[in-house]
Amino acid sequence: MNLSFHLQVINLLAALLLLISFAMLSQRRVVGLVTLFAWQGAALAASTALVAWSTGQHHLYWSAALTLALKVVAMPWFFYRLVRKLDINREVEAVLNIPTTMLIGIALVIFAFNLALPISQMAGTVTRSTLGIAMACVLLAFLMMITRRKAITQVIGFLAMENGLFFAATSASYGMPLVVEMGVALDVLVGVFVLGIFFFQIRETFDSLDLKHMERLKER
Amino acid sequence: MLDATPLDWAWGIVLYWLLLAGAGLACRRHARLVTGLLFPLGALGALAMAAVGLAGLALPAGHFVLPIGLPDLPFHLRLDALSGVFLALLGAAAFGVTVYGAGYFRSMEAGPLALLALWYHLFLAGMALVLLADDAYAFMVAWELMALSSYFLVTTDHKVPVIRKAGFLYLLIAHVGAVALLLCFGVLQGGHGAYTFDYMRSAALTPFWASAAFLLALFGFGAKAGLVPLHVWLPEAHPAAPSPVSALMSGVMLKTAVYGLLRVTFDLLNVQLAWWGSLAIALGLLTALYGVVFAAVQSDMKRLLAWSSIENVGIILAGFGLTVIFYADGKGGLAALTLTALLYHAVNHAFFKGLLFVGTGSVLHSTGVRHMGALGGLIRFMPWTAWLTLVGVLAIAGLPPLNGFVSEWLLLQAFLLTPGLSHQYLNMIIPVAAAAVALAAALAAYVMVKFYGVVFLGQPRAENLRHAHDAGWPERLGMAWLAAGCVLLGLFPSVVIGWLAPVTRLLLSQTLVNDGNWLMLAPVSAERASYAPVVFFLVVVAITLVVFFGVKRVYHGRTRRAAPWDCGFPEQDARMQDSAEGFGQPIRQIFSVFMRVERETPDPFDAQPRYRGDSRDKVWLLAYQPIADLVAWLSAQAGRLQHGSIQWYLIYSFATLIFLLVFTR
Repeated sequence: MNLSFHLQVINLLAALLLLISFAMLSQRRVVGLVTLFAWQGAALAASTALVAWSTGQHHLYWSAALTLALKVVAMPWFFYRLVRKLDINREVEAVLNIPTTMLIGIALVIFAFNLALPISQMAGTVTRSTLGIAMACVLLAFLMMITRRKAITQVIGFLAMENGLFFAATSASYGMPLVVEMGVALDVLVGVFVLGIFFFQIRETFDSLDLKHMERLKER
Repeated sequence: MLDATPLDWAWGIVLYWLLLAGAGLACRRHARLVTGLLFPLGALGALAMAAVGLAGLALPAGHFVLPIGLPDLPFHLRLDALSGVFLALLGAAAFGVTVYGAGYFRSMEAGPLALLALWYHLFLAGMALVLLADDAYAFMVAWELMALSSYFLVTTDHKVPVIRKAGFLYLLIAHVGAVALLLCFGVLQGGHGAYTFDYMRSAALTPFWASAAFLLALFGFGAKAGLVPLHVWLPEAHPAAPSPVSALMSGVMLKTAVYGLLRVTFDLLNVQLAWWGSLAIALGLLTALYGVVFAAVQSDMKRLLAWSSIENVGIILAGFGLTVIFYADGKGGLAALTLTALLYHAVNHAFFKGLLFVGTGSVLHSTGVRHMGALGGLIRFMPWTAWLTLVGVLAIAGLPPLNGFVSEWLLLQAFLLTPGLSHQYLNMIIPVAAAAVALAAALAAYVMVKFYGVVFLGQPRAENLRHAHDAGWPERLGMAWLAAGCVLLGLFPSVVIGWLAPVTRLLLSQTLVNDGNWLMLAPVSAERASYAPVVFFLVVVAITLVVFFGVKRVYHGRTRRAAPWDCGFPEQDARMQDSAEGFGQPIRQIFSVFMRVERETPDPFDAQPRYRGDSRDKVWLLAYQPIADLVAWLSAQAGRLQHGSIQWYLIYSFATLIFLLVFTR
């Protein structure tokens, strides 16, 4: 197997990531969203492992394993449980309708590619061409957070954004130092659990997980 | 200890005051110990400080580096003639006020009293450090110490909402001023990062930057001194503070601002431009007239004195402006004359305003009333307070042979000597300024007639005033010290001017030509003008004695006691006397444009009719209210950003992110 074949596979996985991001943007059900999130994590883990294998950066194996454990197994499992317990697998209300959101998403992807062009020319990695995709994933996840109303979708959007950042780090400079990555992973894990507790609290207070009820909290 | 320099003594006394402040905190359960021991000890320190100041006037400047503060940034201290005169002022006035306070504060509870002793001594130490500081860092630390400790002194009665509000206003304006001072020092160091005053003296600034430094100093020190329109805190804070504190703040703290202005303008800056002087004269006269007009319409006696302090600061500032004009014009001798006059007035004001504030304190203490409409006739029930206050009243009204006359006379002499100036317009305008100073002085006399007449003369306006008790012995001693200062400073001006000579030599390298001797004061030349206060005093005493004994010989000898000012109308009662509002009414009519008058007129069928009139300052409405409204409006606009919806907050971050990505490419 030569390097260009690896690169092609990595590019394929990157394209998958982008595709999943768009799919998340258009997904209406929470369970579907969680499944997509798990697939995104899987694609990320696979591409990271592939980068590690092809470039010999051994610490990236650890990153890939961490991603697999946390984002493909632990968190989706946690979210499925949460959805079942809170009984919130209804249709996710979007602030904007889905086609408009998709159009904005396309504009963001073009913007991200345009933005990544000078940076990827500077980066010395074999995977630099995927940097644009990584940035597009970050922006799309952000867009998803903006256009959704339910608290749980915000959290998934936040995690998807983290996926995008992770991918950006891998493609631009073969990942961050392992210590940093482990720290970030721990942060994400703790953050998700704290947010999970918050969901119960919010639902107890407002009888709903819809964020529009929280608008009452602002200062008059 | 014998070879210790005045500077060693000075910072020793500062440490001593700091120790007393700590001791005050330790005496939270022993009120008698605080008033019986700490305040007298503090007063002794003040007396020593006065002596140190006088010694500092006579001896050459001393330097000292105190190894405290931040690393590599020790406190530089210096005691020269300018610091000396203000230290002497601080010590002498603080001695009288502190002795007075030892009696006045006896009625306070132990807890608040301990805190008061803490802040009071910190305040004294802070003011002394301001005068001793020789680098910007030490100066600002001392300045803040002074501002904060006086804030806590003002809010001694912090349970009263009005007092908390007054304290906050004071703190706010003090800090706006402090920021200006910080910027001023920033300009003065000329971009070299050295903040010692020694360095600033040698830094050569361009006229533009020198003017910037001067304007910042004028703003910063003006905020502390009560320059219009930065005066708004003064009439609020002085009535709120306990009387000895008002006396110190008005008598001494305002003078630290004068000190700072002189230090920056003549010592640290090496160019002086004539237009600074014109600006200072204009602002000073505006302040003086504004202050005296508002003093005339007040009916609260401490508020009246606060406005009168504003007036005196205005006069001092006008003198300062004239000094700058003369000095920039190369007329060193005349500059020395005005500088002497303004320093003299600063010292005088410390004595008579301190005396008047503690006098009102005694009245307040025994009657519990600040409003003049409920006072009157107190000279019969509080003779000590009344007669000692009379000395202060005559002094502030500018009557010879007391001290107020000397400084105002010197200042007017200086104003009348302006035709020598090389600048034509100034030559024409300054006589008008002289007229304004004279007007302010005359109105000040009017204000004092009102103050003394309504509070101490006539008939008591309330029944309980008949049981008013006179001040105790410590209070009398304190007032007598201040009154003696007023008399002696008035009787021996030539001596005082001799003491002030090192200051003019330091700042202007020239001294005032005094053509007279210890008995007679003759600035510039004896042919032009001279004044012999002792002779004047003796003549006044002699005429009084002759008239007194002459009348006694001729008169049948039976003394009859009747209601004063009844003009033969036997039904006269206390309610028919001229009131504080009535006395000020003509002034209020004439200057009503500047005031916001609130009046409560009684119903014609009211059996117990009451009249209440209150004249407030329009500066608040015109200058401060718009700023407050603007800030409120801006924050309301900023409040619109707060939607409460998380989507909007995310959009804000998203837009910021996109913006930064686009623009930092």
